[in-house]
Amino acid sequence: MDKILNVSNLGVTLDGKQVLKNLSFDLERGSTLAIIGPNGSGKTVLLKSLLGILPHSGKTAWAPDARVSYVPQKIDADIHLPMTAKNLISAKADVQNIKDSDVNDIISRLKISSAVLNTPIGHLSGGQFQKALIAFAMVGKPNVILFDEPTASLDQLAEEHVYDLMHELKTKDGISIILVSHELSIVYRYADQVLCLNREGICFGPPEQALTSEMISKLYSPDHALHHHGQHE
Amino acid sequence: MLYDQALPLILALIAAAAAGLVGAFALMKRTILAGDVMSHIAIPGLGLALLWKINPLFGAGLTLLLGILIIWQLQKKTSLTTEAVIGVIFASSVALGALLINSTEELIDALFGGFGKLSSAEFWFGSLVSLFIIFALWQLRHKLILTLFSPDLAASAKVNVDRVNLWFLLLFGLAILVSLRFLGALLVGSLIIIPAATARQLTHSLNRFLVLSSLLGIVAMVLGYLIASTYSLELGATVVVVATGLFILSLLKPHR
Repeated sequence: MDKILNVSNLGVTLDGKQVLKNLSFDLERGSTLAIIGPNGSGKTVLLKSLLGILPHSGKTAWAPDARVSYVPQKIDADIHLPMTAKNLISAKADVQNIKDSDVNDIISRLKISSAVLNTPIGHLSGGQFQKALIAFAMVGKPNVILFDEPTASLDQLAEEHVYDLMHELKTKDGISIILVSHELSIVYRYADQVLCLNREGICFGPPEQALTSEMISKLYSPDHALHHHGQHE
Repeated sequence: MLYDQALPLILALIAAAAAGLVGAFALMKRTILAGDVMSHIAIPGLGLALLWKINPLFGAGLTLLLGILIIWQLQKKTSLTTEAVIGVIFASSVALGALLINSTEELIDALFGGFGKLSSAEFWFGSLVSLFIIFALWQLRHKLILTLFSPDLAASAKVNVDRVNLWFLLLFGLAILVSLRFLGALLVGSLIIIPAATARQLTHSLNRFLVLSSLLGIVAMVLGYLIASTYSLELGATVVVVATGLFILSLLKPHR
């Protein structure tokens, strides 16, 4: 099958500490790859390396036509910023020379009301904010979206809504997806491939084959958990 | 005579508008501390200019540029040492400036503003630079908004975050430079930050915030200018007191 991303021998060192090493995997076009691993295993660092935000060794080769977007786990921004979701989405559209009509299409497709669009970001609920971030990611017609634990701070209803939307982007739009998740049930339900990560790749393949119970206990073993305790990604 | 009075006032107005706009972004970017330090870095530059008998603004511009480059490099690292280094630069600039400027009168000018008569070259330079600041910030606003909201998201939208930060610091430095004549190194930071803080109290809308911050800079400058010339007061101090008065008034606005 056609690969949209090929990663080989990726390594990341931050402040003298090796956070990722010897990591190799592929992303097939139009498929969903889930990344699982304990806290501090380097999941967010991996996404940022793929986005080219963090310096790294090894190779992260995107297909020439790849347009990559990102839905972050949480935003450290000041919630008191005088800024609405509309401001942010328009800012990205302006930077990338995207037409207003394209932006309006995204907004109506995600059914974001104008009241929500024009509310300061600090006053949005977790679900509304996440949806706005997905709309932001969709500006510029990406064919790859990286989701970093997109439902970490959401209630169950909002969570299902986000995953339905993510699934729809894959099935209807053919968007390739990389999803960082803690929840194995989500991985089984949505992922075509899974990458188990604990600083290096521990398993890779379809969830039913790769996620054996031994693999899961190895991945989340107390040794690892203790070793990485207190480390933030 | 009228011409002599009108030119400084016109320059003061455009400079205040630029300062207010820079302040609005500085408030959102939370770079107020860095900005305050930057204005102090101008002091040794003013001292050097006196020593070498060159235009004070030229000397200030030189050390400001150096300060901008240091702060730009520091911003890339997020460690505690950053704050320590900023603190050291802050104190040492004032000390170094005080040593270099050995006339009390000139030191007071450097700290509180007023460097003699405004030449027409200085008028044109200041006005054009101020207009450039406003124009450049307007052009840069969307990239700045993305960068201050989330550098990672901005980078994922193909914004060169590093370059945007450097541009912003340069514009910040220029805003300090053009207002330095009126307010001096100690007070120039307040013309940048107080109108922005006031505007923030009054609106939640981004565009209104930007425009209002600029307008409040102008209002503080005009009122300060009128009061200072009527009662023969120090211009810089009067402008800052007026700006602070407006800020206190803004606190009276009921919050949602």
